[in-house]
Amino acid sequence: MSHLKDDSGAKLGMWLFLFTELLLFGGLFLLYSAYLSRYPHDFSSAGRQLNVVFGTINTVVLLTSSLFVAMAVTAVQRGEPRRTLWLLGGTILCAAIFMAIKYVEWSTKILHGIYPNSPHLAAGPPGESVFFSLYFMTTGIHGLHVLIGATLLAWVGAKVKRGAVHSGDYILLENGALYWHLVDLIWIFIFPLYYLIL
Amino acid sequence: MTTVQPTQPSFWNDTGRSGLAAWIFSTDHKRIGLLYFYSTFGFFLVGVLLGLLLRIELMAPGRTIMGPQTYNALFTVHGVVMIFLFIIPGFQGSFGNLVMPIQIGARDVAFPRLNLFSWWLYIMGAVIILASLFTGGGPPDTGWTFYVPFSSRTGTNVSLAVFGVFVVGFSSILTGLNFITTIHRLRAEGMTWGRLPLFVWSLYATAWVQILATPILAITLVLVMAERLLGTGLFDPGRGGDPVMYQHLFWIYSHPAVYIMILPGMGVISDVIPVFSRKPIFGYKMIAFSSIAIAAFGSLVWGHHMFTSGMSDTAILVFSFLTFIVAIPSAIKVFNWVSTLYKGSISLDAPMLFALSFILLFSIGGLSGLILGAAATDVHVHDTHFVVGHFHYVIFGGAGFAFFAAMHYWLPKFYGRRYAEKPAIVAWALMFVGFNVMYFTMQVLGMKGMPRRYYDYLPEFATLNLVATVGSWILAAGLIVMLVNLFRGLFRGEPFTGNPWGGATLEWTTATPPPTENFEEEPVVTHGPYDFRGTGIP
Repeated sequence: MSHLKDDSGAKLGMWLFLFTELLLFGGLFLLYSAYLSRYPHDFSSAGRQLNVVFGTINTVVLLTSSLFVAMAVTAVQRGEPRRTLWLLGGTILCAAIFMAIKYVEWSTKILHGIYPNSPHLAAGPPGESVFFSLYFMTTGIHGLHVLIGATLLAWVGAKVKRGAVHSGDYILLENGALYWHLVDLIWIFIFPLYYLIL
Repeated sequence: MTTVQPTQPSFWNDTGRSGLAAWIFSTDHKRIGLLYFYSTFGFFLVGVLLGLLLRIELMAPGRTIMGPQTYNALFTVHGVVMIFLFIIPGFQGSFGNLVMPIQIGARDVAFPRLNLFSWWLYIMGAVIILASLFTGGGPPDTGWTFYVPFSSRTGTNVSLAVFGVFVVGFSSILTGLNFITTIHRLRAEGMTWGRLPLFVWSLYATAWVQILATPILAITLVLVMAERLLGTGLFDPGRGGDPVMYQHLFWIYSHPAVYIMILPGMGVISDVIPVFSRKPIFGYKMIAFSSIAIAAFGSLVWGHHMFTSGMSDTAILVFSFLTFIVAIPSAIKVFNWVSTLYKGSISLDAPMLFALSFILLFSIGGLSGLILGAAATDVHVHDTHFVVGHFHYVIFGGAGFAFFAAMHYWLPKFYGRRYAEKPAIVAWALMFVGFNVMYFTMQVLGMKGMPRRYYDYLPEFATLNLVATVGSWILAAGLIVMLVNLFRGLFRGEPFTGNPWGGATLEWTTATPPPTENFEEEPVVTHGPYDFRGTGIP
């Protein structure tokens, strides 16, 4: 019974958890759509102030990291712990690059007086203030998820190194990778909504 | 079916850690269930005390025992404690944990350590909520709904309270996904979906609501905190935001949350009624299906809380229509319970009395819900005591009485001792009378126009308010009798062994109290949960 290891059960639990994460961001996307329909012009002028180059690079970085983590799962299945560790390291490196670019992006905005409750935004049209509040909340919570995901993968990596996660038992790495794909997936929605379509 | 003589020690005598640590670090679902039971029920008693104080304040117009600010804080804390610390985590956490794995023939839930973690998160959230009462600007005074713009401006300690609710919500999500995985993966051989006890079906539906709705509450609460701490202005009309958006997000969770509260109760009733009618449940498939239907439709009706908040007429029409649709699966359940009783051999033991009064009280609550769901009548009674009466009929008369039914039905199974029957019936009668005197009067008051959450009222409402307050005392007296009798019985009462009520679900086939592993050997299920042939009682 429950003392037997149930990998399918563990994966089912992880999928359900990812579902709740999607819904968490769903609330923010809901606000985005409601306010977009109310302030289409303000959103469009605010959206053009975001740096598409930064956004694009970050998208490529995250997609690459997802590729690395998928390859890490294959590597551990084949019984290649060293390669698994390298690939996990690559994923975490991508996460660091993503966060570094995000940092530059955020600090440029803050330097220009664009942050929640800033006098600059208060003086401008209301839709822009709403847009940037949503932008900081959404990318902020997403960034938090990047940090959590990277920590999770580092923890799994330590287990790979100790031999606790291996070709016979790799559900932890699989679930960690699923979580990482979620982080990637949410960015795939954020990127067009905030950087491209406006 | 014969009851197995125990050869393994019961879960009470589990060796290993000792003292408190044997409980708060145990991953055994039965111990976690009891942890949840005592912690949530403890908060229920706190909530009752606050409610009694509110009723005393409203006994007469003007100031009676407290000032207006204290009154605002009291009804807020009463709501937060009862909803987020008792009834939402209570059913799943205590009886879900205690009974569900045994009912499906499993040894434990799918993720036992996560289960323990959920309880810890619940306790952490509770401590944070309690801390919010005594630190910062004092207890929150917004009402349990934390409506903006007041909640983003009041000087009271809303941020901390909201964070506590966020943590409790995380615990709720984890319990939900744990239960869904358990029910999918760990059913014993022969336990097909068509043989699941209806309590398990209701927990399954509840768990889906928990994981689909709670994340929306989480993000809403984060946004309220951001509003207060960072000044994001997303709900502030002065900066382009819209307070109605908050109401939408809040009710997208909080209306389905009502079904988190009531669905497990309906499951208990579906398990109790056939046992004490000595008849298989009528319409098993429809009851199981209606749980899922309630969970599904219940997720689409949140707008009926906002008929007067500013929505388009089309939206009001659609939400009103969907609200009426939810009445259908609820009615299916009521009709099936009543049909089960028809020509049954009914024995009026305490669990059955609570179950029968559930049907009546839930029906009154449900029907008054339709008055609120119809836009035209809602405008008249919106934000009056009618809403308070309606809500308590569903949640206290429904979920609360089902919780008491579950306490009388299942707790003896886990303690191996039972309460005395006569005081239990006296307690039930007192509570039933007190309940109706109190909440029916509130509904009348609401119809006459007394607003909710008001500290003072016109002299014409004085008599009815006095009646309601007296009702609250009768209810409290019944509650005290019930508590003394039940807990005295569980610790010092007559032995409770075997299957005295003749239940046919799996928990009645194992030893009393159950061993740590639940069963001597993995059960093989050969018949449905309400097939009473072979239980030894005609």
